[in-house]
Amino acid sequence: MNLRIGIGKIILYLILIGYAAVTLVPFFWALSSSFKPLEEIVSGKISFIPKVFTLDNYKMIFIQQPLFGRWLLNSLLIGVAITVLNLLFNSMAGYALARLNFPGKNLLFIIILGVLMIPAQVTMIPNFLILKGFGWLDTYQGMIIPSMISATYIFMMRQFFVSFPKELEEAAEIDGLGRFGAFFRIVLPLARPALAAQIIFVFMGSWNDFMKPLIVMSSPEMFTLPLGLNTFKGQYISYWNYIMAASMISTLPILVIYAFFNRYFIKGITFTGGK
Amino acid sequence: MNRSVSKRAFKEAAQGYLFLLPTLFVLLFFIIGPIFYAIYLAFHKVQLLGVSSSEFTGMRNFTRIMVDNRAHIAIWNTLKYVIIVVPIQTILSMVMAAVLNAGLKGQKIFRVIYFLPTLTSSAVLTLIFMWMFNQSGLINELLSAVGLPIYNWLGDPRVALNAIMGMNIWSTAPFFMVIYLAALQDIPSSLYEAAELDGANAFQKFWNITMPSLRPVTSFVVIMGLIGTFQLFDQSYIFSAGSGGPNNSTLTVVLLIYQYAFKNLGTMGYAAALAMTLAVIILIATLIQRKFSKEESLN
Repeated sequence: MNLRIGIGKIILYLILIGYAAVTLVPFFWALSSSFKPLEEIVSGKISFIPKVFTLDNYKMIFIQQPLFGRWLLNSLLIGVAITVLNLLFNSMAGYALARLNFPGKNLLFIIILGVLMIPAQVTMIPNFLILKGFGWLDTYQGMIIPSMISATYIFMMRQFFVSFPKELEEAAEIDGLGRFGAFFRIVLPLARPALAAQIIFVFMGSWNDFMKPLIVMSSPEMFTLPLGLNTFKGQYISYWNYIMAASMISTLPILVIYAFFNRYFIKGITFTGGK
Repeated sequence: MNRSVSKRAFKEAAQGYLFLLPTLFVLLFFIIGPIFYAIYLAFHKVQLLGVSSSEFTGMRNFTRIMVDNRAHIAIWNTLKYVIIVVPIQTILSMVMAAVLNAGLKGQKIFRVIYFLPTLTSSAVLTLIFMWMFNQSGLINELLSAVGLPIYNWLGDPRVALNAIMGMNIWSTAPFFMVIYLAALQDIPSSLYEAAELDGANAFQKFWNITMPSLRPVTSFVVIMGLIGTFQLFDQSYIFSAGSGGPNNSTLTVVLLIYQYAFKNLGTMGYAAALAMTLAVIILIATLIQRKFSKEESLN
């Protein structure tokens, strides 16, 4: 009996470790390539630990591609702006849909739910023409404004506020706070767990997005990192040491955020996962 | 009294609209407006250069899909991709969630490791895989280390789409795994205890208790998987530098829409028609799935 349980456990551990290896090997390979000189890379010998360890690739990408720093900043600026606006506007919309009464509320809620189902490709071409009409192509606002709300998180915030205790707001009202004061000073700070999940998902979505900047941005100075990486690859097609170093740099910020907000991340997925 | 109530109601309504103002703006200009605009475009021939013009063409954009050879290739590639990727990633994520839920030590660490590909951008993942499959990349080095001939993976049309499939299963499964993990926590342990008393083994327990309990979540995972896989774009674009090559093997419907909308002149209306067609295909696929799974997952 005991022996059988032991074998079962060993098999489970083997599966876990095997899958971990499948996950990690490509990353290790990419990481180690980013620290190797080009000669070692083309030598055709497997080595996961660089024989000659060098930081030159990381220095060189900023010299070889002077716009790399700019792309990093663009991604950061657009990501932070989109995240902050989403936190604010999704919460406001979710709160209004959960707590305030006004004509057309239910219709609006149904529309927001319906919007969740429309694939981005349908609105992609008209959005390009509309941004063109606004004169917003190749600008930051062209990237930020259309993405400053998200139907998914409006829905999530509404669900959160529906089950939020009313007494707190009533107390705030007695203390003389108006609707906006109560919202910003009392309600929003208490919504922190829901906001944390949004921070990760919205920032990650923007940071990793490829298609939207591809359509909106046309001049290389306005590129975000994923677009920049793609052109960088095109220019330095056989310098895989540079390409991998650039890839590692563009992965790092997400890893930091993940490490920081890990526990909300899982919560957020299960929340948006419709459970 | 009555007046003060209606005044209060009026104030609340005004506050409601004020809170929703940014949402209404985006909804109107970048979501609902564009949907109607897309319908308009799909029935017109749009000319953007010079004096921009559009000419009503009726169903011509849609009938063109029937005779467009590249559209057929793109639809076929996309369908093949969906049919292979969705079941594999669903089963893989369910099994891995069950293994992770078995109460072993170090589960948290494994969960963090598995998550890496889901966090990483499609651009970076595609580059890492292209480097692994490169002439002097990891796969060929492994082959030559054991004395096998090396191979030009990236240039072979038969391999290209498979590489993207493998990569995306690998990067999407952990996301669904977390959804399954949460659902597993909700299965009452008394069910397993009763089965154990009846002498059920681990596999029987998984098959008879775990799988049926997870059915609503599976339905959700499959629908999300369908919607995601039908929209494959980034990986194909980066892999083929926007062409859909080698020999159209990585051409997907969305990549074709992109090409017709932004790379060819005068085919924006046709691209809009293709996008509408894709939306309808996705809708039908989700409806069929829901019919099959019987159970309502989104309530």
